[in-house]
Amino acid sequence: MPNRLEAEPVPRRDFLGLAGLWTAGVAILGSLLGMLRLPNPRVLPEQSSRFSIGHPEEFAAGSKRILPGRNVEVVSTEQGIAAVSLVCTHLGCIVAPTPEGYSCPCHGSRFGLAGEVRGGPAPRGLPWLELSRAPDGSLVVDGKREVPPHTYFRG
Amino acid sequence: MASHGLSEFWTNLKRLPRTFRASLVRHGQTVSERSRSQAVFGNLFLHIHATRTHIRSLRFSTTLAMGVATVSLFLILAATGILLMVYYKPSVEAAYASMKDIHYVVPTGRFIRNIHRWAAHLMVISVMLHMCRVFYAGSYKAPREFNWLLGMGLFVVTLALSFSGYLLPWDQLAYWAVTIGANIAASPREVTDALGITAYFDPGGFIRQILLGASEVGQEALTRFYLLHVMVLPIGLAALLGVHFWRIRKDGGLGRPATPTPAGKGAAAPGTPPSRPDEAPRKTFGLMCVVRDSTPATNLDPADTVPSWPYLMRAELVVFMATMLACVVLGLLFDAPLTEMANASVPENPAKAPWYFLGLQEMVSYSAFMGGLAVPTIVVLGLSLIPYLDREPEGANGALRGPGVYFSGPRGKRVALWSLVFGGVMAVLAVAVPVNFGWLRSWFPTIPQLWIILINPATLLTGAYALWSLVVLRRTGSTRMGAIALFTCFLIGFVILTYVGSELRGPNWDFFWSSSSWPVH
Repeated sequence: MPNRLEAEPVPRRDFLGLAGLWTAGVAILGSLLGMLRLPNPRVLPEQSSRFSIGHPEEFAAGSKRILPGRNVEVVSTEQGIAAVSLVCTHLGCIVAPTPEGYSCPCHGSRFGLAGEVRGGPAPRGLPWLELSRAPDGSLVVDGKREVPPHTYFRG
Repeated sequence: MASHGLSEFWTNLKRLPRTFRASLVRHGQTVSERSRSQAVFGNLFLHIHATRTHIRSLRFSTTLAMGVATVSLFLILAATGILLMVYYKPSVEAAYASMKDIHYVVPTGRFIRNIHRWAAHLMVISVMLHMCRVFYAGSYKAPREFNWLLGMGLFVVTLALSFSGYLLPWDQLAYWAVTIGANIAASPREVTDALGITAYFDPGGFIRQILLGASEVGQEALTRFYLLHVMVLPIGLAALLGVHFWRIRKDGGLGRPATPTPAGKGAAAPGTPPSRPDEAPRKTFGLMCVVRDSTPATNLDPADTVPSWPYLMRAELVVFMATMLACVVLGLLFDAPLTEMANASVPENPAKAPWYFLGLQEMVSYSAFMGGLAVPTIVVLGLSLIPYLDREPEGANGALRGPGVYFSGPRGKRVALWSLVFGGVMAVLAVAVPVNFGWLRSWFPTIPQLWIILINPATLLTGAYALWSLVVLRRTGSTRMGAIALFTCFLIGFVILTYVGSELRGPNWDFFWSSSSWPVH
């Protein structure tokens, strides 16, 4: 005689039915999550973030040059050479050089000569990019690797 | 025998038009009430309508025709969109050239594209006006809460559709608007950067990568936006639209004030107006559907209703024709813009988003995350929750006259007017103060970014509006009045910020009273 205070056991049919329902639910949810992995690319379809900009001698001290199609300005000073990204840190527009530094056409961010924030909505200064030397002696900029501002590359 | 079969064939051939019509239309001439009902419920496409319509629903002032106009615009957009797909090529190399082809070579291509563009803009306007109408009429109240939520979903999908279509021409306008949009989606990075945890936790970068399929706007982004624009979002919109319509009927048609019912057949007992859906009379309809709330067939004098065929059909047709006329006239008079081909090195100056996002762009010009993501999310969530937070019954205690009465009576009208003034002044201040005096960074150049993210005109404006609606809520003791105050504030804020963003902002997002005073390069 079962105790009346004990919970009634789940009938076998109900148990199997519920188990089937939950299995189906978990399977559908799992498949959906698995399918959502597809739109997240594992390989980015773009050119390498590292690119050669030529030999250091081509950049005379005191000169500035914007590399066409790369949105990077190469600044050459007595202390060495640096590469500054021209992509605004606010919403990704391309900043234009001005006598005081850089200004962004989209939302009016202004940067100083070293890319530091002078005004507008930009949350941080323009990134300085890592420079290195390739085996053939030319300079290589890595658009994905930042260095602290005022880090100049010397021979 | 052979000649008998032949003559029967001949008779059938002669009768073909008549027998075909009889097989197609299963009711006779729509002269009787019965055949008119059959015309509606016997037709797959018409049976989303009730067979009888309340005369109030047919008045222009009840709906401002905005719902039907929105559907009409969706149909126009679907038709013109399919036509444009005949020639459009979603590839970075060919997209811009195919747009030029559509404009200059394809027969009527320019006209069809113009219609598509203007209909898209009109649809955003009509969706917003429809939302305003439903809100001020109090038609989001029980049992229509869920349909308001569906409407919010439709609003978001409409904006997404419009924005995803913006990239397809692959011109400068498109490229930079979508670059900005994608970076707004990535703007949680502004917060993670300020906290220094981006290297470990970067939801912003993840969203942008899913959206663009790359780190910049390119072929992957064009493919994804095209897929969204022609497949995913229209199917989603159509599905939501179906449920939205279905709920209108199941929730008892358009909201209208309870009218004293003359005692008689089908009338409810006097003195017990249906305040809660559970108490509302349920009547098994001809098609075995249980309808909540008062339907034309229950609880109302049948004299107040007319057959949907032809009266409702005629009204809808008139709205459809008027909408189409507006699109055709706009399409004939104004060309849809097409700027130079997309150039990833030279942004447009000023680079402006589509007009309905310019209010956001104005707020974004202080903090990308707050103005572009957090505040819009709060607004959409707040709008969605309105029917669940304001459950004050309309028409029950006499204080609220709705549903279906604008502003729920004169008190709501006063609240709306004062909120219009307050919201307008605050929105103007939110633009005027930073334009004239600068903002935190101009005063404290070394201030941490987190402060700017937290305290900027966008967040302060949102806070002021929330505070105002709480004050109204306390003083009137009515959640409906609080809702009217909040909604009106956001409405006027949206209008003013959109105006400033589209008309008063020039190169470098500087402030100009008119575009004729923009600097000349």
